Amino acid sequence: MNFELSDERKMLQETLSRFLSDHYSNAVVNELNNTEHGFSHEIWAGMADLGIFGALFSEEHGGFGGEGFDIALVFEELGRVGAVDPVLDSVLLAGGLLAELGSDDQQAMLEPLLAGQTQWAFAHSEPNSRYELNRVQTTATLEGDHYVLSGHKALVVNAACADFMIVSARTSGDVSDHQGISLFLLPANLMAQGLQSYNLGTGGRACELSLDNIKVPADSLLGEINQAYDSIEKITACATVAVCAEAIGLMDAIKQLTIDYLKVRTQFGQPIGKFQVLQHRMADVLIEIEQAKSAVVNLAGHIDAERQEREKHVSATKNLVGLVAKLVVEESVQMHGGIGVTMEYELGHLVRRLTLVDHRFGDSTHHLERYIELAVA
Amino acid sequence: MNLNYTAEQLAFSEEVKAFLKARLPETLSEKVRLRKSLSKADYELWHSILNEQGWLGGNWPKEYGGTGWDAVHRHIFEDELTRAGAPRIVPFGVAMLGPLLQAFGSDEQKKYYLPRILNGEDWWCQGYSEPGAGSDLASLKTTAVRDGDHYVVNGQKTWTTMGQYANKIFCLVRTSQTGKPQAGISFLLIDMETEGLTVRPIVLIDGTPEVNEVFFDNVRVPVENRVGEENKGWTYAKYLLTHERTNIAGVGIAVAELENLKRIARTEQYKGRPLIENPHFAAQLARIEIDLMAMSTTNLRMISEASAGAAPGAESSMLKIKGSILRQEIQSLTRSAVGVYAMPFIPEDAEAAHNDVPVGPDYANAVTGYYLNHRKLSIYGGSNEVQRGIISKAILKL
Repeated sequence: MNFELSDERKMLQETLSRFLSDHYSNAVVNELNNTEHGFSHEIWAGMADLGIFGALFSEEHGGFGGEGFDIALVFEELGRVGAVDPVLDSVLLAGGLLAELGSDDQQAMLEPLLAGQTQWAFAHSEPNSRYELNRVQTTATLEGDHYVLSGHKALVVNAACADFMIVSARTSGDVSDHQGISLFLLPANLMAQGLQSYNLGTGGRACELSLDNIKVPADSLLGEINQAYDSIEKITACATVAVCAEAIGLMDAIKQLTIDYLKVRTQFGQPIGKFQVLQHRMADVLIEIEQAKSAVVNLAGHIDAERQEREKHVSATKNLVGLVAKLVVEESVQMHGGIGVTMEYELGHLVRRLTLVDHRFGDSTHHLERYIELAVA
Repeated sequence: MNLNYTAEQLAFSEEVKAFLKARLPETLSEKVRLRKSLSKADYELWHSILNEQGWLGGNWPKEYGGTGWDAVHRHIFEDELTRAGAPRIVPFGVAMLGPLLQAFGSDEQKKYYLPRILNGEDWWCQGYSEPGAGSDLASLKTTAVRDGDHYVVNGQKTWTTMGQYANKIFCLVRTSQTGKPQAGISFLLIDMETEGLTVRPIVLIDGTPEVNEVFFDNVRVPVENRVGEENKGWTYAKYLLTHERTNIAGVGIAVAELENLKRIARTEQYKGRPLIENPHFAAQLARIEIDLMAMSTTNLRMISEASAGAAPGAESSMLKIKGSILRQEIQSLTRSAVGVYAMPFIPEDAEAAHNDVPVGPDYANAVTGYYLNHRKLSIYGGSNEVQRGIISKAILKL
């Protein structure tokens, strides 16, 4: 049994950690929130230069990692500083689908993606899909040598600055069938008319995307027609590793801020950390953060397991991390008092981001129910 | 034991309902429903409508222009207002300073200030907390030093809610450095136009500048603006914390928030059915509702005891703890209910600019900010840790 990182991963972690702490601060985060795309293109290029994106892909696809633990490592570091860059959406989700399903021509687009030269977005969820990956109402109808796309995509992160988008649509079957979902790889300017951009509570930007009979060439298909569900589920499992590992980074940063505060904040003539009621609550928070870390290890170690086993871990981990995130947010704010609900203090951005972890790829209730279906029932 | 209101109380509740139906502007209740910020003008409008009806001073005796209602009537009134989605009555003048002046103010102070609270000439804010004095309020450091007919005030207050709208601030200030910290505090009424007083907004986690810092740099305050005796201010402030707190549990607003959550859960779709039909979601909803039903009766039991003249003990602390936890759970479940649409974070001015194309359902936009902002419920007015200390002290007497 060995829970240590390999030397290569240790090096990657140190490089990324140093780069991020050099470039991120609460002031930077607040400033970026007022920029057009909600993140810094300079920081983005810097990460690409360090080869960070390559860590998320196997050698076969031009990277040098791609395992669950590589994903976890990168996102934990991003979480530690509350980074707002669209690494998850542009690189891991869109890039992952491209690597898994792309034709030779399409695969050629991976190189500039990994080099940070192109921006991507994955348009999948819809207003009524909630967290179900199979519920796709948007349709793609073949007309001659074109497909016509029609529907509405919700919360497409990074769409406003994307060069390319991967859009899911139903090519056959009923609205919640697993069969019959297809993916299309499209230049984003095809859909520019239908984009409505807005700020996210996490920082960064997303769009609502209306597809009003958009005509796309038939060779825009990514992967086989009707067969996209399995790949979407698999890449979402990787994205769940990412978002949960990011949550761990956020929790660690929040934990440190709270411990520091308990030591320096004085009330009733002593540091408030001397009060037993706060000591015990802080202890409970630490116990639960360790639980969350182990849950992420469990998931990262099963990302290449067969479907049932992998998805069982996806739901177990997302359920547990969602619950611990709520505890860490609420307890850290409570122990800080009023300063904890301001945006001037760095806790504000971190707890916003950690709160919203439960709203991506399924909340703790959704995954409890899914775990029961996969592992208990 | 009778769980029902008397015929007279029921008739009163009908009267309040009819009034709200006729006079509560829809523009205001719509903003409350969608958790949008209310402007100064919105609050002033609502206060003036209530004042016209003679109902603004719900907790004031008739001799000062109030209603003379007992605790049960006040509860019914507040309950109906909340159910109807009325803006809250800004508490600092009406609920806090008014009763304090009535109990401890001079005749001149009562005559001058009380009518101005009701007719809206004065908007008061509260200057209690300081950067170094939160839960430990008695450690406050802002000083007031006598200089002839004036006090000269120096220091800083913080978390001053709606201080940006106020023209007056009531403050706890230190007038003596000797003895116990509680013994050297006085209660001053300060005009915010006075030279040396500045206000700086603090942006909260939901993006709103709801609270402020207030700085005092040699602010001269006439001695006649002191309420009661010098160095007795702590007693006056504490009186307010134990009396006049029928609404501290926030039962009415919890009920309204729960109703809102149910409406959302009936609209939101999950696996092709309304979310409210999902057993795991429904179980969480039911758990909250069961707690709220009991707390509502706890609240009424305590109000009824207060109406019968029982001395207030640790009840208000119990109500504050249970009430804040319940409301926070409702707000958390509401955030969960809206799914991915909890993620957009749209500043209100931007929303107005794009109001032709809403992002997701209209009820979803503010829920994350509302949830995070209302973590304050268990922090302000004496944190829940301080309240538990009060309760355990009363029981254990150690």
